[in-house]
Amino acid sequence: MSNVPADLKYVKSHEWVRKLADGTLVIGVTDHAQDALGDVVFVETPAAGRKLAAEESCAVVESVKAASDIYAPVAGTVLEANAALADKPELLNDAPYGEGWLWKMRADDIAAVDRLLDAAGYEAVLAAG
Amino acid sequence: MTEKLIFELSRPGRRAAAQAPLSHVAVDVPAALRRRTAPALPEVSELQAVRHYTRLSRLNFGIDTNFYPLGSCTMKYNPRACNQLAMLPGFLGHHPLAPARCSQGVLACLYELQDILMHVTGMAGVSLAPMAGAQGEFAGVKMVAAYHAARGDTARDEIIVPDAAHGTNPATASMVGLKVREIPTDAAGDIDLDALRAAVGPRTAGIMLTNPSTLGVFERHIADIAKIVHDAGGLLYYDGANLNAILGRVRPGDMDFDVLHMNLHKTFSTPHGGGGPGAGAVGVSKRLLPYLPLPFVAQDAGGSFRMLDESDRPHSIGRLSAFAGNVGVLLRAYVYSRLLGRDGMRRVSEFATLNANYLAARLAQRGFELAFPKRRCSHEFIVTLKKQKEELGLTATDVAKRLLDYGYYAPTIYFPLLIPECLLIEPTETEDKDTLDAFADALCSIWDEAKADMAKLHGAPWTQPVRRLDDVRAARHLDIAWKPAVVEAGV
Repeated sequence: MSNVPADLKYVKSHEWVRKLADGTLVIGVTDHAQDALGDVVFVETPAAGRKLAAEESCAVVESVKAASDIYAPVAGTVLEANAALADKPELLNDAPYGEGWLWKMRADDIAAVDRLLDAAGYEAVLAAG
Repeated sequence: MTEKLIFELSRPGRRAAAQAPLSHVAVDVPAALRRRTAPALPEVSELQAVRHYTRLSRLNFGIDTNFYPLGSCTMKYNPRACNQLAMLPGFLGHHPLAPARCSQGVLACLYELQDILMHVTGMAGVSLAPMAGAQGEFAGVKMVAAYHAARGDTARDEIIVPDAAHGTNPATASMVGLKVREIPTDAAGDIDLDALRAAVGPRTAGIMLTNPSTLGVFERHIADIAKIVHDAGGLLYYDGANLNAILGRVRPGDMDFDVLHMNLHKTFSTPHGGGGPGAGAVGVSKRLLPYLPLPFVAQDAGGSFRMLDESDRPHSIGRLSAFAGNVGVLLRAYVYSRLLGRDGMRRVSEFATLNANYLAARLAQRGFELAFPKRRCSHEFIVTLKKQKEELGLTATDVAKRLLDYGYYAPTIYFPLLIPECLLIEPTETEDKDTLDAFADALCSIWDEAKADMAKLHGAPWTQPVRRLDDVRAARHLDIAWKPAVVEAGV
C-alpha cells in the first residue's frame, strides 16, 4: 500500500501540498503516483514568478512509461522550482514527499488549501481507483 | 550486441566494387561548393558489406517472421501482390514532375484510391498528400482551424481530447497552436458526457476522438457527442488509428465526423514501422472541402486526370511536401483495397474483431483480468496485470520481455495510461486460430514461470541479441551519435 502522510493535503490528480509556517506551499506528487509512473527520467517544473490558475497544467513528469502533466492544486505564484530534479529526476521516485518536491508557491487564497483532500480523502480516492 | 557497426569494420583502402559510385557521373557542382575532405564513410570489402547486412537482417523481427500483436498499431500482413504491382517499372520510373499527359496511369490509381477512401469513410473529399499519420493529423486540425478562421470565428482556440486519447492528439493540437482540454472517461470506457457538456463553449474549435477508442471499446455515445460538439459550434475530428475495427461496416462520416486521417500503413496494409515511409490520407465533410491539402487528383469532363494546385483551390491549407505524398506507399494501399473490394473490407473488420474477441475470451477463461470484462472488445483489448503485480511483483514489462523469448513481439504496454500494468493486444485479421491459441499458451506459461521463479522473469529476455536494456539510463543519458574513436590519418 502506498504511503499517504497524514500532515499533507492532496488533489485527486495525485499532487500533494505541504503548508509551511510562513504560508509557503510545497508541491509534489504522491508515492502512489511515482509508483504508477515508474522510473522518472525527466522533470519540467514551472519558472519562478509564473502565475498559476487552479488546476492549470504547469509541470511535466516523464518516466520510462509515460509523460504526465502535473496540475497546480490552487491558484498562486511560483516562488521556486526544485533545481535538483534537473540532474537527479530519480529523487522523485526515491523521496516523493521529501527531496523529490516539485515547486514552492504562494497561494492567492490560502483558504483554498483547506478545501483540498486530507489524507483520508485521498486514500478513499485510491481505494476507489 | 554481437554485430559491430560497419564503421568499426572499416580499414583504410578497402573497397567494395558492387557499392562503389560510378566514376563517370558528371560533377558540375561549382568548385567552391565541393567538399575538400572525403566523407567519413566506412571502407569495407564487398563480402564484408554483404555479411554485415545479412547478419543484421537475421536479427530483424517482423510480421514476416513472427506474430506481432502491437496494440493500436495494426501490424497486419502486407500482401506481396501490393508490393509487386507498386514496383512495376512504369511506376518506379515515373518522375514526379512529369506532365499530366504522361502520368494518366498513376493519376488514375491515385484518383481511384481517393474515391475508395471517400466511400469507405463516408466523407465528401479525400487528399492523399500527408506523408504520415502525424502529418495527417496536423493537416486535419489545421483544416478545422482554417474553417473557423474563414468564418471570422477567431475565439475558438481549444481542442477537447479524452484522457484515453493517443498522445499524438494533444501534440497535434499544440502544433496547430490550439490549447488542449482533457475530459475523463467513465468506468465503462465511454466518454463522460457531463464533463463534455461542461467543457464545450464558444472557445471550442473541436474534439479529437478515436472510435473505437484506445480502450478497445466502441464509444456508444457518439451520436450525443457529435450533437453536443456541433451545437457548441465545434467540429469533430476522427483519429483513424482504429479504423481497422470498423472498416466497411461503420463510416466516420455517418457518425457525423467532419474530418479524419487514415493511417494507410495500418488499415490499408502498407509497410509499417521503422520510421516509414507512411501515408496519412485525410478525408473531410462538405464544409471542409475548400481547405483540403494539396495536391490531389481531379478528373476533368473529358475523363483525363490532373493534380489540382493553388489556382484551383485558393483556400487550401497548402502543401505538406514537395510532391504528391508517398506515391509508392499510396499505390500499395490502392492495390490492397482493389484486391479486397467492398466485401473483403467488411471481412477485414469482421475477422480483426473476431480474433481480438476470441483471444480476449480465451485469456479471461484462463484467469487473466480484462480491463473491460463487460464490454465486447473491438479489434484490440486490454489485459491488466494489476493482480499479478500485487501478488508476484510481475509487471507488464517483465511479461513483454519474456514474450520475446517465446518468439512473439510484445504487445503495447503501459498504454492507455488509465489502466495499470496493461497490455494492449491487437492480433489483426491476418492471424489464424492456432497462432492465437499458442500466444495465449505463452502468456499462461509466463504467468506459471513467475509463480515458480520471479528472477527468471526479471532477467528476461534470455535468448535475444541483447538482454534487458537499461531503459532508465537510456532515457537519462541519451547518446545516439556514433563518434569515431580515432580519425585515420589522411582522411
